[in-house]
Amino acid sequence: MRYVLRRLGFFVLTLWAALTVNFFIPRFMPGSPLQALRARTFNKLSPAALEQMLTAFGYKPDENIGVQYLDYLGHMFTGNWGVSIGSALGEPITKIVGQALPWTLGLVGVATVLAFLAGSVIGVLAGWRRGGTLDSILPSVFVVTSALPYFWVGLLLILVFSVWTGGWLPSDFNYDSSVQPGFTPEFIGSVLRHAILPGLTIFITAVGGWVLTMRNNMITTLAEDYIRMGRAKGLTNRKIMYQYAARNAFLPNLSGFAMSLGFVISGAILVEYVFNYPGLGYLLYNAVQNTDYPLMQVLFMLFTVAVLVSVLLCDFATAWLDPRSRAKG
Amino acid sequence: MTALLTTTTPVAPPSPRRRGGGFLRSLLHNRKAMIGLIIFIVFTVLAVVPQLFTSVTEPNKLAFPPALPPSSEHWLGTTSLGQDIWAQLVYGTRQSLVIALVAGFFATVLSVLVGVSAAYLGGVADDVLSMIINVFLIIPTFPLIIILATYAGKGTLSVVIIVLIITGWSYGANQMRAQALSLRNRDFLESARVRGERRSYIIFREMLPTMTSLIVANFLGAALYSVLTAAGLQFLGLGDPNSISWGTMLYWAQNQQALQSGMPLWSLAPGCCVALLGVSFALLNYAFDEFSNPALRPVRRRRRAAA
Repeated sequence: MRYVLRRLGFFVLTLWAALTVNFFIPRFMPGSPLQALRARTFNKLSPAALEQMLTAFGYKPDENIGVQYLDYLGHMFTGNWGVSIGSALGEPITKIVGQALPWTLGLVGVATVLAFLAGSVIGVLAGWRRGGTLDSILPSVFVVTSALPYFWVGLLLILVFSVWTGGWLPSDFNYDSSVQPGFTPEFIGSVLRHAILPGLTIFITAVGGWVLTMRNNMITTLAEDYIRMGRAKGLTNRKIMYQYAARNAFLPNLSGFAMSLGFVISGAILVEYVFNYPGLGYLLYNAVQNTDYPLMQVLFMLFTVAVLVSVLLCDFATAWLDPRSRAKG
Repeated sequence: MTALLTTTTPVAPPSPRRRGGGFLRSLLHNRKAMIGLIIFIVFTVLAVVPQLFTSVTEPNKLAFPPALPPSSEHWLGTTSLGQDIWAQLVYGTRQSLVIALVAGFFATVLSVLVGVSAAYLGGVADDVLSMIINVFLIIPTFPLIIILATYAGKGTLSVVIIVLIITGWSYGANQMRAQALSLRNRDFLESARVRGERRSYIIFREMLPTMTSLIVANFLGAALYSVLTAAGLQFLGLGDPNSISWGTMLYWAQNQQALQSGMPLWSLAPGCCVALLGVSFALLNYAFDEFSNPALRPVRRRRRAAA
């Protein structure tokens, strides 16, 4: 119980730190939404009119910074995220985010989890037979794939499977604009076809890291005494491999998985940009291009919350799976 | 980047003064390390004396007919704007390499400073510092980088480097702290304390040398992270669009639809260089990982991990 409370405390503190950073960066940096908006409207509107518009959207530069800060914290928690001042001027941010979120979760979430699971299994196999064929080839291969830039793998896949094959697989957007959205086979097929290349990109670049860490954990675990004990008892290799070694080797990987989600998000931004995939990463790119401060703040907050929640979940999962971590308290 | 380093607590190296010859030798005997080193040296030469490898002196000048296919004159063809792709590639090496090395270096210094002091000071200082490390570890860096780079104006070289350092040190700091903690109560440090050595002496002359391989591995990890992230940033157009670097080339190639308009080399070549430099750091890193944790070395017969 103490463990859970400590983790929750950490959760709240990190969230607060991230939100605070998020609040102060725009206020310490040069430039303001007002200037940005003026540049975008090509000075056609008077500054007063623009300021009035921004005020209507909840932009209050003259208010006491402390009050602004408290307001901001409150708004972040209540979901009162304001409206976009970017390309979708005046649109509520909840709506914009709501449209993009399922696509990112579906594409990036599924591809990442698949890469994690596949990588862990391959890592177990590679670590099991030291000096075997698998163990001598795979590490080098995966060291290489995990050092490849996400976007470049994406470009390569587009070139091979889309440009050279004359559009065999689609290289942008989430589904064909000619298909009506709905639960029809055409729509679902179109969505899946559009997800293949970006999903593959994430999978290729992410799987290597998991293979390597899992292999290394496996090797460390295999040197433990209880493995020797298992062998001495005459257990089958299969049983030792899966029930003794892999289960323990998997634990550090689990917390590593949560920690790595930050990197996954960064990859997702580039992948969504390359494939024009209308998810959260693409949204962030557009928000940055249009200096859409409210949208940027909300997105950054959401990314942080996503990572924090998964760290928390993995912590709890580890505590549940591994009695030792509970004992440490 | 995370994934390239072991998640297990690093095994403490045997004793502080048994380095030297063995270090270099095992580096030279490791095939992965050698390949990584060779790639790195090639890029270093390209970065230092680019003029030896191309006759073009101003690679960004629109000096040639646009969209030429590869030929003996233009090895990789020209861009749709009329620049020689090979020349841009050669001259672009410098900036990408500088970003990697400088950002990697300072991020490592920062992680050593924070990680080792957290472990050495202990108590409240440790609690506060590890808290900071953990917060930085968890805050998603790339969105933060994008936002920072945007606010700081289209990133000049120094902005990009500073942002990379701020976001890139925490992972290493965590590892440094773990290893320094495992060293803290070792006998050789205890004896130094009993001898009445100063704190700075103990940290710099006794503790840090034992951590060399971890520090090097960290530097390589941070450099890898910097190469990939900087290229990603520039690719998104958040670098200086007039600079000569691989990321900027990728940005212009994407901007001009190089893949779709039959100039794949414009996009593939710089991406390939980024990947190669990344691979070189990753291979060296992996080799150092094997070096610092003997259990991971490719061996004929299994050895027991050092306890």
